[in-house]
Amino acid sequence: MSQVNGIATGTNRVKRGMAEMQKGGVIMDVVNAEQAKIAEEAGAVAVMALERVPSDIRAAGGVARMADPTIVEEVMKAVSIPVMAKARIGHYVEARILEAMGVDYIDESEVLTPADDFYHIDKNAFTVPFVCGARDLGEALRRIGEGASMIRTKGEPGTGNIVEAVKHMRMMMSQIRQVQGMSRDELMAEAKKIGAPYELLLQIHETGKLPVVNFAAGGVATPADAALMMQLGSDGVFVGSGIFKSDHPEKFARAIVQATTHYEDYTLIAELSKGLGAPMKGIEISSLEPSARMQERGW
Amino acid sequence: MKIGVLALQGAVQEHVRMLEKAGAEVFLVKRKEQLEGLDGLVIPGGESTTIAKLMHLYDLMEPIQEMGRRGVPLFGTCAGLIVLAARIEGTDTPHLGLLDITVQRNAFGRQRESFEAKLAIKGVAEDFEAVFIRAPLITEVGNASDVLCEIDGRIVVVKQGHLLGASFHPELTEDARLHSYFVEMVKAAQRKRSA
Repeated sequence: MSQVNGIATGTNRVKRGMAEMQKGGVIMDVVNAEQAKIAEEAGAVAVMALERVPSDIRAAGGVARMADPTIVEEVMKAVSIPVMAKARIGHYVEARILEAMGVDYIDESEVLTPADDFYHIDKNAFTVPFVCGARDLGEALRRIGEGASMIRTKGEPGTGNIVEAVKHMRMMMSQIRQVQGMSRDELMAEAKKIGAPYELLLQIHETGKLPVVNFAAGGVATPADAALMMQLGSDGVFVGSGIFKSDHPEKFARAIVQATTHYEDYTLIAELSKGLGAPMKGIEISSLEPSARMQERGW
Repeated sequence: MKIGVLALQGAVQEHVRMLEKAGAEVFLVKRKEQLEGLDGLVIPGGESTTIAKLMHLYDLMEPIQEMGRRGVPLFGTCAGLIVLAARIEGTDTPHLGLLDITVQRNAFGRQRESFEAKLAIKGVAEDFEAVFIRAPLITEVGNASDVLCEIDGRIVVVKQGHLLGASFHPELTEDARLHSYFVEMVKAAQRKRSA
């Protein structure tokens, strides 16, 4: 953070607050200005500017890196909602480039090929906020300890299969409840066991919730998927390949936005789900080679 | 005293917590039926384009405008301020259009320019911690509006009768003084109605 004349930028409150403003909303992956406008028009709270959506990254293979700045800039010019972009795990120069461009949020993402197999980015050192993926409470708290201002489930990106996102969200929620119910003298042993910073674990014990917003990501493909994740305790939803790999992106985008707002209104979700055409095709997780599982990237 | 928080998207729970701290009974509003019997309504921070689209979709614009015209106090923060404003720079289509001001969206820049600062708010506090996130600025106010707070000569809080708007997020701190101020506005409107 920096402070000039009593005005402080890049504080935790400002970085985490930005994510608070996204709650109850849908963040959509887009690869150009046209898709960004469709997303904004459908009611997205932010867009993630990418060179390829995760399912195409999966299909293309090779090394996936930060998007070409031209694409990110094109998207930033096209919409007035916040624009996020992805940097490789540990690639703090990609992150600095995105920050310099004025991107509103950086996703240090396992969807891209990791640049560092040992260290994640020191996100506390940045003015721009970060979102990071996690599969369980320990991983979420390690990322928050490094300065992440928002957490999302890793799920299994680009599969259109919700099972891994459900697993990760259930795991986090269940662990939060356990930590809340522990006696204080059990906390240090738990911190050691799950590899979490003690102070953050203590905070969860006292408040019963993560200190940052927690979204669902990695496999959301239908309005019902979005509503399911909201019911499991997500604060909002990322949709990667699910929208622009479906038959009718506009309709899909609008339907997912509404299902996220009214996640307990089954009559409405039924209406929204009518005649949407085919969602993205999807991949059965057990058919993925272990090396193709993006969620194993990072720690 | 029943105060609603528009719960379509954004920092809803934070407002609920602050209003409860200020002594109000709080209700979430996602449908127009839920507006019935409310003595006041808060439009939270979030993404103004998303909130406004959902308000149109669920026919909430008209009934909330009607509440405003009836004298029911409304309080908008950040996106909520944009939703309340009569004029939005760069577009001819305001949302509720109740508050006689012009707003400029994302007036301070992008997220990296978001900031916090201690500000004096007239009649509320001398040292209010204000969190600005991709915040709008009030570039013009009508004759009936009181400017309650400025930063470097730029207007960030206005009150126009029973309408209150702030370009920052009082819901992101532990300081409930601005919410208490709104609760007092709601009480005053109740007294006026029963008189």
